[in-house]
Amino acid sequence: MNVEEKTAEVSRTAVARTSVLKRTGMPALLVVAWYLVYRSLQPAADWLTYSVLGLTKTSHAGSTLNFFVFEVPKVLMLLVIVVFGVGMIRSFFTPERTRAILAGRRESAGNVLAALLGIVTPFCSCSAVPLFMGFVQAGIPLGVTLSFLIAAPMINEVALVLLFGMFGWKVAAIYVATGLFIAIVAGWIIGRLKLERFVEEWVYEFQANAAGFSAEEMTWADRVEEGKTAVREIVGKVWPYVVAGIAVGAGIHGYVPQGFMASIMGKSAWWAVPAAVVMGVPMYSNAAGIVPVISALLGKGAALGTALAFMMSVIGLSLPETIILRKVLKVQLIAVFVGVVAFGILIVGYLFNIIF
Amino acid sequence: MLIIRVYGPGCSRCEKAFDTMDEALTQAGVEGRIEKVSDVQEMVRAAVIATPVIEIDGRVVCRGRTPGVSEAVTWIMNAAAQEE
Repeated sequence: MNVEEKTAEVSRTAVARTSVLKRTGMPALLVVAWYLVYRSLQPAADWLTYSVLGLTKTSHAGSTLNFFVFEVPKVLMLLVIVVFGVGMIRSFFTPERTRAILAGRRESAGNVLAALLGIVTPFCSCSAVPLFMGFVQAGIPLGVTLSFLIAAPMINEVALVLLFGMFGWKVAAIYVATGLFIAIVAGWIIGRLKLERFVEEWVYEFQANAAGFSAEEMTWADRVEEGKTAVREIVGKVWPYVVAGIAVGAGIHGYVPQGFMASIMGKSAWWAVPAAVVMGVPMYSNAAGIVPVISALLGKGAALGTALAFMMSVIGLSLPETIILRKVLKVQLIAVFVGVVAFGILIVGYLFNIIF
Repeated sequence: MLIIRVYGPGCSRCEKAFDTMDEALTQAGVEGRIEKVSDVQEMVRAAVIATPVIEIDGRVVCRGRTPGVSEAVTWIMNAAAQEE
């Protein structure tokens, strides 16, 4: 081996070493750095608002600004890490694979599985129709398909992050559990009602190309890429809503008097839950904008069940999605779909107002 | 000439997939035509269940995600090599 070959050899090992380091060391380092920054957000926000700007903790401006300066970076940091993780997890669950898992399942167990898969399968409401067709043609029962279509938008990673960040893990867990419950029960009820006749005829007549598709093998590097893409696409899209939502939340936090919402959205107002659902269904917003506002309302005495019901009807039942579904479902079935889901949300709202 | 079809109902991700393929075609310097397919029945016929789906000369290269330009260039080069 001459000198040149040796140098080449050395640099090759060096390259190999750096790539190993890159694969294991870098992510670990990033996570530690993330955690350290995350932990120091509150002290940093306190230092900025109370020491640098000299505002007092009890003043309106002080508590508003402190809330904003702390919550914005906190929620964005949580979003990045969770959306990245979810993006990686979703690379394991393609809609094709989900369909294969659900095909041949009976109702009940099928509804549960469909709702669970609705969380982890990547889904964009614009592909609701082809997905519906694909499911029906694979012989998946109508109710099971709808369980999937209810859970997929309703249980949303952005909402999960925001609820976790602003209310803690209990409320986040309640959100996932009740979302699953509504998707499972509503799908099951629709299945029991035997509403297949309200699916547009062409859906069943249509013969699709049943050619199977073998999923491309993904490496871990591909999955990491998927995670990064998810962060770019989702966080890149929702961050202005998060900032705006937190700004409104901060204003409410600092300026609206304690207990102000109690009379309107409190437990004692029996009509608050249905009103929240009725208002929420036609509204269409993403979770990112709505959760910070809700968090602030809760802080001023709105009841948890009412606030959750409002949020779920805004993000779970959206007008654009029902319009898209109209291509495959007749009006009657869409009405039942919206009705059953809205009723489920209503029950969840009341239930939480009673429990908490 | 390559025929590239991008299946999608016209949401932002599908538009992006279309633009990416357009850019990739230019970069690859290969002759080709890109078609947008937004008809639901067409999509179902092609067994599309998660959009966007990208097809080159009848072969599916990508399902349910928007590819990067460099990745798309590779597909186009491979397809062009096969055509010859």
